Parts: sequence; C-alpha cells; structure tokens
Amino acid sequence: MARRVLLIEDEPNIIEAISFILSRDGWTVHIHEDGETALDKVRASLPDMVILDVMLPGKSGFDILRELRADPEMAELPVMMLTARGQTKDRDLAERLGVSHFMTKPFSNAEVLDHVRALAGPTGP
Amino acid sequence: MDRGLRQADLAREAGISPSYLNLIEHNKRRIGGKLLNDIARALGVEAQSLADGAESALVDALGAAAARLPEAQPELARAEEVASRFPGWTGLIAAQDRRIGALEARLTALADRMAHDPALAASLHEVISSVTAIRSTAAILAGDEGLDSDWRQRFHRNLHGDSERLAESSQALVRYLEDADSDRAAPLSAQEELAAFLSAEGWHLPALEGPEPAAPETVIERAKSLRSRAGRALAARWLARYREDAAALPVAALEAALGSAPSDLAELATALGADLPRVLRRIACLPERPGTGPYGLAICDGAGAVTLLKPVADFTLPFTTGACPLWPLFEALSRPGQPIRAEAELPGVPGARFLCHAVAHVAPPARFGAPPVLEATMLVQPWSGAAMVETRPVGPGCHICPRTECAARREPSLLS
Repeated sequence: MARRVLLIEDEPNIIEAISFILSRDGWTVHIHEDGETALDKVRASLPDMVILDVMLPGKSGFDILRELRADPEMAELPVMMLTARGQTKDRDLAERLGVSHFMTKPFSNAEVLDHVRALAGPTGP
Repeated sequence: MDRGLRQADLAREAGISPSYLNLIEHNKRRIGGKLLNDIARALGVEAQSLADGAESALVDALGAAAARLPEAQPELARAEEVASRFPGWTGLIAAQDRRIGALEARLTALADRMAHDPALAASLHEVISSVTAIRSTAAILAGDEGLDSDWRQRFHRNLHGDSERLAESSQALVRYLEDADSDRAAPLSAQEELAAFLSAEGWHLPALEGPEPAAPETVIERAKSLRSRAGRALAARWLARYREDAAALPVAALEAALGSAPSDLAELATALGADLPRVLRRIACLPERPGTGPYGLAICDGAGAVTLLKPVADFTLPFTTGACPLWPLFEALSRPGQPIRAEAELPGVPGARFLCHAVAHVAPPARFGAPPVLEATMLVQPWSGAAMVETRPVGPGCHICPRTECAARREPSLLS
C-alpha cells in the first residue's frame, strides 16, 4: 500500500508541483488548503507524515502543530513545515512546538523528497 | 565683498588700511563701536547683522556638526577661525550635517516600518511564494524527459501564471520601497494613519469643542485620509476621548489657567478638577497661538508600544517598539500615578532639549482578578530656557544613537 503524505498548503501551483514529485516517487498525496479544519483532516486521513505551510487561511501552521502535539495519538507524527518566513524566531518556535523538520521557501524538489523519505521512511518495494 | 565692493574701496570708506581690513575679515582682529558702524554703512547692512550674522551662523553650524560626532574631536576652539577663513567649506559641513539629521530621522521611520509593517511582510510573502512555485515547476519541466504532454502543458501554464504573479508582486514591492523612500510616503499602520489625519487638522478639532460638539463619526466620515478600517477604529476611539476631554476642559478655561504661568502642571490639574493625563492631552491639542507651545505628545501602552504620537521639533518616537527607553514616558510605566517632570536632551542636535511631563495611569474600568491595563502619557515641550531639573540624555532609538556607553542600550548602533 502506498504511503500517505498530507500536504496542508494553500498555494495552488506549489500544491501541484509538490504533489507531482511525491506521487512520482510513489507517495499517495492528500491535499488540504484550510487551516481551520486541518486538524480534522489529519485525524481523518491518518497520514504517514504531514507537510504543513505556516501561513494558512483560518489558522496558522504553528497553531495546528501545537494542537497536533497535544494529541497523544499524533504527538509522534512526522511534520515538516514549509514557510516563507525563515527568521530564527520562527524556526525556534517551530522547534519548541516539536516540528520534525523546518524548511524555508523557496526549496528545491530534491530537498523536499529527501526529507519526506527521511522522515516517513521509503515508500516500500 | 559680496556687494561688489572692492576691499580697497571698503577700507577707504571705513577709514582703515586694506591690510587692517584683511585682518578683520580673517577674524584676526575684533571690531566694534564706530569702526563696526562705518564698515556696516559702507556695506549697506545693519551693524548687528554684520556682527552676529553669517559668520556667527556658520560657527553655530560647526558647533552643531561637532556635537553630532564628538568622537571626531574637532578643534572647537578654532571654529570661528575656520568659519572666517573657509566660509564655503563651513557652509558645506553645515549642509551635510543638516542632511545627516534628516536622513537619521528617515532611517528611524523606515527601520520601524521594516520591522513591523504587515504590508511589507505580505508583499515579501507573495514574492517568495511565486518564486517557490516557479523554481519547483521549472525543475520538473527541466528534469523530466518523460513528462506526458498533459502534465507538460499544465506546468507550462502554471509557470506562465506564476511568472506574471512574480512580476506584479515585485513591481508592487518596488512601488512600496519607492514610496517608503519618499517624504510623501503614505501612512501604513493604523497609528500612522491617525497621526497623519490629526497632523493635517493641526491636532485641534473645533468640531468636537464647545457646547454642542459633533459626533466623532461625523468627523470620521468627512476624513478622506482615514482609509483603513483599523485607522477609522483608532480615530473613533481618539475622537471620543478628545470630545470628553474638551467637555471637561474647555479651551478658554485651560488657556486662562496656563496664562498665569503655572509652575506645576499637577497642581494646575488639581485646580482645574481634571486628571493629569487629560490636562496633558488637552495642552497638546490646544490651538497654536503666539507665545504658547508648540507641544508634542506621546501615549504608550503597558508594553511600551507607542499608540499615539504628535512629534514636535526633533522629538519623535517610533510606533510599536524600538524607542529609547530613557524617555520619561517609559519610566512613568514603572510608577503609575507618580507624575514625572524631566528635561530630556537628544544627542548630536544642539538645542534639542525638551521639558517632559509624564504620568501613567490604569485605564478604566478596573476589574477584580484582571491585570491592570496601563497607559502612559507624556507632554513634550521644546525647551531652551535654563535647566529646571537635571537634564537626562535620551536617544533616537538604539540603532542610530551615538551614545555607545548607554546602560540602556539594547543593540549596537549602526553609527558605531
């Protein structure tokens, strides 16, 4: 069974590019564009990992991460944050909240793939 | 010799030798009395202006430039000689010093915007998002030979859309930066918007004075410069406060009380039956008349963020945070209810002294179990009189303050 990545991001063309490179690598990619309902989506889709944008409509990626880590069932779920805000204070906040990896935009496709594989493991045979 | 008079002619008319006149011109002989009058008459100018005029101004300008950068250790004792022998160079130093002052003020405003401006953050986010999508999409197109034609078309379309978006967002960013670099920069925060509106009105609003003041909403409706919702909300709050202040302290009563030259504004507030913050706000918003003011005003919240600012002369503070913590405004926060009167002096600007009256109070309503909401108010008056209390050094904000040894410094200065 293909492993699942939940991509929580609201930029359509970034969604399309990341979905393409992950799908081609054998991942099943679920997409969610809204911050407010993102937590419900994580609980419903039970992904192997989450790629989470910081600036989302409704709720910020930091708040979503905080709530994820407060839920014992999702406290260990690998979460990679994507952000255009590369300031040290944002990185520090993400690390304090328990992010698995913090990646600043613009990123390279290879960089995304490498970290998804490292965090969620290979996609199988 | 600007009047076309030859030195020899002037010397003859003044009854002295050309060589003696030369010594006078080069400030090697001081003159006064009849000789000063004779030379002034020959030049067609007032004797006083000759004595205190251009050269004196140039000497003052040299003193101002020297005060801005004391570590350069200029020979202050020879300022008169320099001004006399090299008036052109002295004029250039003076002009550059004024320019530096203006640039420092601009830098403070821009640094404040760069650090806290949500419009700039949104603009940069748009640029970075576009670049991210372009980079990722272009890498797919460049690296995947076997991409089927549907995907290829789709990514080409995305690339085109993102490149247009990048062009628009970068143009918007350039427009923003150009605007920010202009003296006509549009206000960006709600606080700046309100300050710009009040400044255009002269801070005194006759419509809200008198026995039948207008409703604040009426004033706001007519104010075209109050564009943003946040700006209008802040204006509504300030104008309602202004209206209450005006009803409690009419202009005539306040001007009459001030006319008796009170030595203590706290006592004046007691005599008027008003609280001190209200008196400070009202004085700052009096119509400007000869012999009074001008006054500046600053109000900050308990976190030290400036919520309202009326600049005066060289006095200004950045909105939000980053101001020099030595201003009495911030000291007042640590002692609510205790009025503070202090003289403050800015570095590098001779004469930039201010008489400050500050007080902090707990904003009503008081609630059990809730932390007090503090607000500090400071009235600022440019001050050239004799020192009444000890003058305290303050600064324009650490990043452009030359006081390198200041105990309150929170970051290194760009000037050091």
